Amino acid sequence: MQCDVCQQKEATVFLTQIVGGKMQKVNLCEACSKEKGVNDPTGFALADLLLGMGAAQEIEKNPAAQRCPVCGFTQADFKKTGRLGCSACYEIFSEGLEGMLKNMHKGPEHIGKAPEAFAKTRKLDQEIRSLQSSLDEAVAAEQYEKAADLRDQIRRITAGSEV
Amino acid sequence: MKFSRIIANTGEWLCSDGPHRNIVVSSRVRLARNIASKPFPGWAKKAERIEVLKTVKSAVEQLPEMEDAYSENLEALSPLEKQVLVERHLISREHAAKGVGSAVIMNVPQSLSFMVNEEDHLRMQAICGGLQLEKVFGMINQADSELEPLLDFAFHPRLGYLTACPSNVGTGMRASAMLHLPALVMSDQMNKVINSVNKIGLAVRGLHGEGTEAMGNLFQVSNQTTLGEAETEIITRLNDVIEKIIEHENNARQLLLQRKPVTLLDQIGRAYGILSHAHSISSKEALNLLSVIKLGVDLDLFPDPHRLPIDELFIETQPAHLQKGVQAQKMSAEERDTLRATLIRAKLNSVPEPEVGKISIQPLGTPENDE
Repeated sequence: MQCDVCQQKEATVFLTQIVGGKMQKVNLCEACSKEKGVNDPTGFALADLLLGMGAAQEIEKNPAAQRCPVCGFTQADFKKTGRLGCSACYEIFSEGLEGMLKNMHKGPEHIGKAPEAFAKTRKLDQEIRSLQSSLDEAVAAEQYEKAADLRDQIRRITAGSEV
Repeated sequence: MKFSRIIANTGEWLCSDGPHRNIVVSSRVRLARNIASKPFPGWAKKAERIEVLKTVKSAVEQLPEMEDAYSENLEALSPLEKQVLVERHLISREHAAKGVGSAVIMNVPQSLSFMVNEEDHLRMQAICGGLQLEKVFGMINQADSELEPLLDFAFHPRLGYLTACPSNVGTGMRASAMLHLPALVMSDQMNKVINSVNKIGLAVRGLHGEGTEAMGNLFQVSNQTTLGEAETEIITRLNDVIEKIIEHENNARQLLLQRKPVTLLDQIGRAYGILSHAHSISSKEALNLLSVIKLGVDLDLFPDPHRLPIDELFIETQPAHLQKGVQAQKMSAEERDTLRATLIRAKLNSVPEPEVGKISIQPLGTPENDE
C-alpha cells in the first residue's frame, strides 16, 4: 500500500480516527509520519492532516470551478495554504468541499446559532413544514375541516413573511 | 487605555475564583467571524485588510462592554509587547506575527479580546478562571449578537458561519479549558487520556495550542469539529469530558498519596529546593517545577494563601513577562534565566517549607470529593 502523503513509499503507519461515528483512515510511510508529527499525540490531529492533503485533491474533482469570480482564488492556492480566499469560495468550490467537510466534521449542516434574520426564516420554514405535514395527515384521514384550518394557518404565515 | 495598564495587571481571570480552580486554570471560548464577500485576511491585499480593519475595529469599539477598552494596531506594538499578550493567551502566536492591517482590542479586565485580521477577519474570545465554559460562551455570544447589526457577517444557510479554514466553518467556535494535570503525568496515564479524548473528536494540546509542547503539566482540551453540532451541545460534551478528566486527576493524586508518598514528597521537596536556591533557570524547567509546587499547594503541603503567588509565577516567569519591567534592550537567554531565578527566589522567600507531616497522616482510601 502506498503512502497517502508522498504517494511514493510503502505505507507502514496506519491511522484510524472516529469523529462523530465516521471513520477516517490514513496510511503513511515512516518518513511522512515523522514529518506530520504522528508520533507526538499532543500535537497531532488527523483532521488537520487530512485537511492538508485530502482537501486539495477533493477540490480538483471539480474542474469547472477553477477560479472564484469574487476574489480570484484558485484550487492551486487552496492546495498551498489549506485556506479559502473569501466567503464566496464556499459556493464556487462547494462540490469539492462537500466530501472534505463530511470527513472533518460531525455533520454536513450547521445547526447552531444563526444571525437573527436567518434564524427567523429558519423558524418560519420549520413551522410551515410541520403544519404542512399535519395538513397531509389530516387530508389522508379525511378530516377536511381541520385540513382547511391548517391550510389557512400556512397561508397566514407565508403572507406575513412576504410583507 | 494605555498599554502600560494592560502590562501592569495580569488580568482579572487569573485572580478570580471559579469551579475546580485548582485543576482548571482557565476556560476560553473563541468565535471566528468574517465579513461577507471580502477576501479573508490571508488572501486579501494590504489595502483590503486595512479597509476591513477600520470597519471591524470601530464596530467592536462601540460595544458597551468595550468601554475604555485597549485598542491598538499591531504595527504599533513592539515584539516584546505582543509576546506579553501571547503569554496571557489574549492573542495567538499567529496574530503576534502580523503587522499592518491587523489589530487587537481588549476590555479592561482582559476577559474579552478581539483579534482583527488574524486568520479570519474577526476572532473574539472570552476567558475566565476555573471551569466556566457556559459562562464564557455567554459572554462572547452576547458580544457576537451585539456586533451582528453592525457588521455583515458571512453566513451560509447550510454551512453556517464561513471561515478561512474549512475546519472552523459552522459555529466558528473553539471552546477550550487549560488543565493542570501533574498526577496523571507522574503516573504515566496522560497518553491514555489523550488517546481516548482524541477518539471522541476532541483535541488535547500543549500550553500555547496547536503544535506546542506540553510544559508545566498544562494541557488544553478543546473541540475539534465545528459543523453539525450546536454551540451548546459542543460545550456540554466538552464540559462532561473535562469533568471526567478532573475526576481521573483527583484519583491519580489519591493513588500517588497512598502508593508513592515518598516519590511525591521527594519531587515536591526537590522542586522547592531548586526553585528557592537556583541562580539560573530556564522557563521550561521553572514551569515544570512550579507545577509540582502547585500540586503541593493543592495537597495542603503549603498554606493556601500562597496559591496566588505561585499561580502568578506561571505567567511572570515567561520570557516576555520577565522583561516587561526592564527598560533595557532585549535580554539574552542567559540574562533572562538569571532574572527568572532571582524573581522566583524572592517570591518563594515568603513560602514556608513543605509540611511533609501532612502526607503520612493522609487516611487511606478516601477519594477526594471536589464538588
